[in-house]
Amino acid sequence: MTVVALSEKLTAKDFATDQEIRWCPGCGDYAIVKAVRNALAELEVSKENTVFVSGIGCAARLPYYMATYGFHTIHGRAPAIATGIKLANPELDVWIATGDGDSLSIGGNHLLHVLRRNVNVQILLFNNEIYGLTKGQYSPTSRLGTHSPSTPLGSVERPVSAVAFALGAGAQFIGRSVDTLQTHLPKILIRAHNHLGASFVEIFQNCIVYNDGVFSDFTAKDVAAEQQLHLEHGKPMIFGANSNKGIRFNTEKFVLEVVELGVDGIEETHVLVHDETNRSLANMLVAMEPPDFPTALGVLFCRQARTYEQGVGEQIEKAKADNKNRDLNVVLHQGYTWSIDSEHHIDTPVK
Amino acid sequence: MAGTTAQAQVSRKALDSVVIRFSGDSGDGIQLIGGQFAQATALAGNDLLTFPDFPAEIRAPTGTKFGVSAFQINFSANRTRTSGDEPDVLVALNPAALAVNISELKPGGLIVVDIGTFSLRNLEKAGYTSNPLEDGSLEKYRKLAINISKMTLAAVEKHKLSQKEALRCKNMWTLGLVYWLYGRRRKSTVEWLEAYFQLQPELAVANIAALNAGHSFGETAELSNDIGTYQVPSADLPAGTYRNVTGTEALAWGLVTGTHLAEIKMVFCSYPITPASGLLHSLARLKEHNVVTFQAEDEIAAVCAAIGASYAGSLGVTSSSGPGIALKTEAIGLAIATELPIVIVNSQRAGPSTGLPTKTEQSDLYQAVFGRNADSPLVVLAASSPSDCFDVAIEAVRLAIKYMTPVIVLSDGYIANASEPWRIPAINQLAHFPVSFLADTTTCKPFARDAETLARPWIKPGTPNMEHRIGGLEKDLDTGHISYDAENHQRMTNLRSDKIDGIANDIPLQNIEQGAITGKLAVVGWGSTYGPISHAISNIRADGIEVSHIHLRHIWPLPRNLGALLAGFEQIMVPEMNHGQLVTLLRSQYLSHAESLSKVTGKPFTVHEIEDEIHLRMET
Repeated sequence: MTVVALSEKLTAKDFATDQEIRWCPGCGDYAIVKAVRNALAELEVSKENTVFVSGIGCAARLPYYMATYGFHTIHGRAPAIATGIKLANPELDVWIATGDGDSLSIGGNHLLHVLRRNVNVQILLFNNEIYGLTKGQYSPTSRLGTHSPSTPLGSVERPVSAVAFALGAGAQFIGRSVDTLQTHLPKILIRAHNHLGASFVEIFQNCIVYNDGVFSDFTAKDVAAEQQLHLEHGKPMIFGANSNKGIRFNTEKFVLEVVELGVDGIEETHVLVHDETNRSLANMLVAMEPPDFPTALGVLFCRQARTYEQGVGEQIEKAKADNKNRDLNVVLHQGYTWSIDSEHHIDTPVK
Repeated sequence: MAGTTAQAQVSRKALDSVVIRFSGDSGDGIQLIGGQFAQATALAGNDLLTFPDFPAEIRAPTGTKFGVSAFQINFSANRTRTSGDEPDVLVALNPAALAVNISELKPGGLIVVDIGTFSLRNLEKAGYTSNPLEDGSLEKYRKLAINISKMTLAAVEKHKLSQKEALRCKNMWTLGLVYWLYGRRRKSTVEWLEAYFQLQPELAVANIAALNAGHSFGETAELSNDIGTYQVPSADLPAGTYRNVTGTEALAWGLVTGTHLAEIKMVFCSYPITPASGLLHSLARLKEHNVVTFQAEDEIAAVCAAIGASYAGSLGVTSSSGPGIALKTEAIGLAIATELPIVIVNSQRAGPSTGLPTKTEQSDLYQAVFGRNADSPLVVLAASSPSDCFDVAIEAVRLAIKYMTPVIVLSDGYIANASEPWRIPAINQLAHFPVSFLADTTTCKPFARDAETLARPWIKPGTPNMEHRIGGLEKDLDTGHISYDAENHQRMTNLRSDKIDGIANDIPLQNIEQGAITGKLAVVGWGSTYGPISHAISNIRADGIEVSHIHLRHIWPLPRNLGALLAGFEQIMVPEMNHGQLVTLLRSQYLSHAESLSKVTGKPFTVHEIEDEIHLRMET
């Protein structure tokens, strides 16, 4: 018989529930839940202190498959529910699982405010550029011209960029990865977890039924190296199958541009070095879009700022310190009071 | 006779009760002097009720009728149950205030006006074609027409204020005069001014000078005999320590006391809306009492954060008015489905839609009881007066926690802003009802039920070996896992209904406020109609006519003896500030012959309106 150690480390399997997964076969969500479980195991977090909160949509089913605490709520509102959870118990480790419709359409307002307030949670946005659970309508991230049951002639709306939105909302951590990148994605999730404050991670997720291959222009094996820029803090922004391409800052035009090393005298020293604390740079990275640019993956922006819970907690502590003797009875007697005795005499009021 | 006696020792005519309405432009500081008068009157030992009535605009164009702000106070040597029907005294600081309010003044009532504002332009703005003070149209009233503006400027002249600042003191001059008329002490107002203008002592001094000047004017001016000075003797109130309290304050303190008794943190989440914002303001100042306040980005976020807080083991509370409650509806359904406790306060206002934001109504009863998708029962309570808000809030906390259910508390714009003397309860003598969280690691059945209450256990995230998932999808009655089974949904729907219905066994039987338990006519009310109904029935019973008053606090579930009680009356009249909502509920629940008395003018019922209607119905 094997002897089981008392405090055995939890494995990815320990974070799985006995519930049958109800995503479509081949859905990118399977890869994401796997990466999430791997990340939690590596982080060595406890199951009881971890809470997954979700709204509505395919992504929002994730809590049922995590053997932690979980709350599957209503459409778009997970950030608001999560904020309430953190106000009640800031010690809980809260993850939000959401989709592009859930968080950028019906719940856009709450995403804006949870980022702006910098509530210490991790927000995982599964972006598949489509409404899956309602059977394939275009979403706020769908590209112009997307054909769907509600747009048979093609969508006439310009899409929103999830990471540009997050940066504009004041997010202090912006990460990006792809469902199938099983080494990269857990790393980004770990970074997001270890960041104090609201951490926003966009995960490109393939919807095999309604939007299959929508990201293949940069995720397909044969083009990935040419179309993905893997950012690392302090390292030059070099990509390409032969590591021969880079991103340069054109100081005259004030824009980023793709350059080829070894051509026209371009050397590695001309290529931008990633600084994840640089907000101006982040603004340009989130705007890089195919086909002119590779898609930036990794940690696009990360800066430490005071969290919402810290501010709230400090005010409570101050109120407690300033009003040590103000119990409820004192509160009720504050201001003008007067006493009436059994013979209806009124006492001089005490202030 | 009053006014002719020498010096300050005025002999005053004793009155049983008096109703004064202060009115003026919305920038005149009417609410402020109303509040000060209420304070001084409470300290004189009268019972009282106030009714602030102000426009939705913060600073409406000056001199217009829609910019008129009013504050009515009824004070008495007896128990006061309403803010009074027709005023005995109308203070009007401009022609518009006179025009808006004069029709309600009692014949023979006293008008106090500032003739300094009766310019041609102001008269025109108020819709007058001639000066009502001169054209004989006010003949049936007594008048005290004074150039208050000019007197105020003279009184503060030496304090070197700007003309604008100096004129702002005229509310204090007026208050001084009214204090003198009713023999009120100025001390509490002087102290308040000193504290309020602590950083601008010159304004404190000037306002006090104006207050004193108004008072001296009363003492020294040879006012005509019919103006008179009065006193209202102290009321016979039960022994104890008292304070004035508004419904908003009482509700805030009740919620804090409730969560204190439950030994749990309160997370109060709200989005500003008239007339409910005061609750957020009050609670934001009580952070040292285990209260966290959260001003959310919208109404939906507010209720969702409250639900999140309750999920995590605090009591989530949210507050709004009708339009905001409408936005919270879907999330309230989530709290019902997941069986989490939250308290939802609705300070009702006139609607539909934006309606009349600053005017009172009680037209959200349907919304509270029925206003959600699907079969989604919850608990509904209603407060009947400003001080009753305290007890109702505690009851709401108790029921929410014990039964793991949302509880809606119905208040309204009138109760929220009105104030009355309140006997301060002995907090340390109230019984605690501490929350118990399930932490028994041998079984984790988040939807197992208490056999008696049918409530599920409350399990806090953070509890080891109790990890579980909940959500808005239907769940299996036994395991709590997602279930699309048809029979299970029938069972769960029945169970949610039975759980709420069963609360009827945990609330008091319905009592009769006044009168016999059977008879010719019962008047059944709920919420803030308590005052006028109670007063009307006292008057009618004093005339020897047998009528009963039943007043509901528990709107859902209804008290279990209510059907039998109603069956004992030949007629049932239900006065409501809506188009007939409780009456529909009673008719549907008991096949009762209840009939409506509806009023939706944005103002509470007057005692006379209810009395007249009772007489009318007794005759038929």
